[in-house]
Amino acid sequence: METTEIQERVVKILTPYVKDQEALASVSPTTNLLEDLKVNSARLVDVVLAFEDEFDIEIADEDVDTVNTIGDCVTLIGQKL
Amino acid sequence: MADSRILTREEILPLIPQQDPFRFVDEILELSDERVVGRYTWNPALECYRGHFPGNPVTPGVLLIECMAQCGVVPLGIFFSYRDHADEAEKITTFFTEAEIEFNRSVYPGDTVTVESQRVFYRRRKLKIASEMKTEDGTVVCSGTLAGIGVTV
Repeated sequence: METTEIQERVVKILTPYVKDQEALASVSPTTNLLEDLKVNSARLVDVVLAFEDEFDIEIADEDVDTVNTIGDCVTLIGQKL
Repeated sequence: MADSRILTREEILPLIPQQDPFRFVDEILELSDERVVGRYTWNPALECYRGHFPGNPVTPGVLLIECMAQCGVVPLGIFFSYRDHADEAEKITTFFTEAEIEFNRSVYPGDTVTVESQRVFYRRRKLKIASEMKTEDGTVVCSGTLAGIGVTV
């Protein structure tokens, strides 16, 4: 799967959890989920579970700690596919 | 590997930290890693009934949600804390993170309600449950999902 397709699907999954919807218009691999998109840290588990369902993968609890940016999400998912 | 301890429903009840005048659980009737059932009788002496509403006391919806949490997320969260981190479980508090609840009918002073909850997921100390509150005749009062996260304090 192309990186751009993974990123598009990641952004779509993140959208309902994003508090700063305007920031979604200019996302890049360096966009930070908590600081730039204002995702509540307590919702990261929900986001990761949604990744697992969307991409039919399993993500270890420890791997969630590596997820800070959109690029981190794409890299992690790409490794699991 | 962290210490593990499986608590019974009788052991869980005294570990629920909320106390009078903000305690809305009397009994834990069932407890497993999949399901928890709690019961509470609404005390007519609760201060909130004086104002909600004067001469026509109705239990506020926010307190029904708190009752669902104390009968569901809190005891099941304690269960998982002891199962996975018994050595530090006493220091872990479950903080409410989100809820999505629909209300179907009112609850009045003196009503006894039962809250039945199923685990949706427990990952990285976050617990999400699907809950249903019923009156004694089985009528569903409110239902929805609630979640909390265990934080070491």
